[in-house]
Amino acid sequence: MTYFLQQGLNALQLGSIYALIALGYTMVYGILSMINFAHGDFFMVGAFICFVVVTFMGLPFVPAMILSIIGVSLLGVIVERAAYKPLRQAPRVSAIITALGVGIFLENFTLALSPYPKHIPAIIENTSWTFGGLTISSLQVIIILLSLALMTVLHFIVQHTRVGMAMRAISWDKNVVPLMGVPVNNVISITFAIGSGLGGAAGMMYGMAYPIIDPYMGIIVGWKAFIAAVVGGIGNIRGAVIGGYILGATEIMVAAFFPSTYRDFTAFSLLLILLIVRPYGIMGKPRPQKV
Amino acid sequence: MKKVLFLTVAACIAGLVLLGCQKSDDSAIRIGLISELTGDIPAVGASCKNAAEMAVKEINDAGGIDIGGKKYKVELFIEDSASKPDQAASAAQKLITQKNVIAIIGPNSSSNAIPASEIAESSKVVLITPWSTNPKTTLDAKTSAPKKYIFRAAFIDPFQGRVVAKFAMDNIKAKKAAVLYDVASDYNKGIAEFFKQTFEEKGGKIVAFESYTTNDKDFSAQLTKIKNAAPDVIFLPNYYNEVPLQVQQAHRLGIKVPFIGSDSWGSQDMIKLCGKDCEGYYFSTHYSAESATPVVKKFIEAYKKAYDGKVPDDVAALTYDSFGLLKQALAGAGKLDRQSVRDAMAKIPNYDGVTGKMQFKEGSGDPIKSAVILQIQDGKFVWFADAQP
Repeated sequence: MTYFLQQGLNALQLGSIYALIALGYTMVYGILSMINFAHGDFFMVGAFICFVVVTFMGLPFVPAMILSIIGVSLLGVIVERAAYKPLRQAPRVSAIITALGVGIFLENFTLALSPYPKHIPAIIENTSWTFGGLTISSLQVIIILLSLALMTVLHFIVQHTRVGMAMRAISWDKNVVPLMGVPVNNVISITFAIGSGLGGAAGMMYGMAYPIIDPYMGIIVGWKAFIAAVVGGIGNIRGAVIGGYILGATEIMVAAFFPSTYRDFTAFSLLLILLIVRPYGIMGKPRPQKV
Repeated sequence: MKKVLFLTVAACIAGLVLLGCQKSDDSAIRIGLISELTGDIPAVGASCKNAAEMAVKEINDAGGIDIGGKKYKVELFIEDSASKPDQAASAAQKLITQKNVIAIIGPNSSSNAIPASEIAESSKVVLITPWSTNPKTTLDAKTSAPKKYIFRAAFIDPFQGRVVAKFAMDNIKAKKAAVLYDVASDYNKGIAEFFKQTFEEKGGKIVAFESYTTNDKDFSAQLTKIKNAAPDVIFLPNYYNEVPLQVQQAHRLGIKVPFIGSDSWGSQDMIKLCGKDCEGYYFSTHYSAESATPVVKKFIEAYKKAYDGKVPDDVAALTYDSFGLLKQALAGAGKLDRQSVRDAMAKIPNYDGVTGKMQFKEGSGDPIKSAVILQIQDGKFVWFADAQP
């Protein structure tokens, strides 16, 4: 039983990070119907900002977190304005290819600065508590609670503020809402800022939990989070969170009860089956395409 | 207008092509180096390149290599394998066909060295890998007979696996061991299996044999499983960029048993990345920088002088020895062609290098040599024991 609970904790930690990244994919998709494939690399930049401010400026946890979030938010807004906005009327494939290009640019830009893996020094006191065989580390607590807090803030913004209402409206109907006087460009920028900021926060937490970071760290994690978003129903915020936790739990539990070599294979087979049963994801609703 | 533009572009391209073809010094010996300069293990690539450049400079400063009564200088062609098997193979192809090298040193990791060795073997060019320890590097994939043109400066994994397993039983007094290894990499997989085999033969028990794939960062599921199996020691035959993550996550899960490793731990970056978490753990490797023999002292002095005080790691020492071996083969060949170099290389019976005495048996590219066990103490690799073959 303790073994199961311990693995459950591991799953919560991994799932929280997937969920935070998946939110970025889903928010951008919800509002622009575009998949921001550079999002995994935004996540990587978040981890690198954390590395820079902690190593060279010696900042403690909270300011480092704030700087990572702000830095990646800005990056998201700049990328949207410079690379995606000019293509908003272009075929959707062009925007996706641009996103892939931005991702490769970010990876290689970071790589060009230095090819060596970087180590983020421990910024919070690492203590572990043991309760009858169950070990909980301070880091686990911080990651899980902070992720939940960020998700709650996001929920509040989307459901209870004017900006959130505008976001929901644009995702509902892109053509009519601008006619109502909603400043579409600003709302899109804010969406990018929030989505990327969550990615940055995830990057920083990932960097703390797995403190060796390299420019390619965002690729696989980004794909997995994207899959989590699709499984949850892309475009749906609650879906992304559920998808993230499901993916984290499947990965950990498969490795825990089967030979660990089968982890990705089994985890992704399960997700494929889930998608066959519910093609729009768990929370997604089918949208009829008008011809 | 268009025509002018077209002509200009064409002229530029032609110019670039001609520049690329520019013949360099014809009387020089052309040696290729394939190294992991970027990718997962750049510290390995950098050490290899540093030692190679130093070895070439030493040879050239001494006037070159005497072949059949004439002195030849050495010219080095460096290619990056980016730590990718396919790129290592194409680098070997490029060095052989375009750069027309007489022999190749590198790549270092086994997953890179195996494909590169296939190319070198089929093109009949000598390839000496400094650091690859997987037996497959020098063996034919189909017949398991030794390859004719492939040599190495390192010992092989069956020996290393034996050394570590013996150390775990005799020194750590472990009866139950756990292994966590990268199943997607030839090196890690090979040595994990040899360790398991020896440990079980000696009466020990492997209570957990867990794997992951390259680039994984989360090992919590596997480590929780290992913790549940309650081993006396955990063997991590993985590269220095992953071991710190594994050790730190294990500590966070409350695992307190000692960890042991293999020669992939031996990079100075390991200490930088792992910090206090790896303090006191042991690993097997090729040489100790504390060794007091005159050859080692001279090498370390020269390396420190050339690279602002950096202590050469095992990759640097092995690369230096690979050049030493090749130099001896070239001098013994008498002629400057690929086949003569291979024949001379195969005839070297033993070589006294920085990493100790190597003995080559006729028909095999694997040296017989000893290993050392080092301990990590106060952020330094400290000699602990020697292990004879």
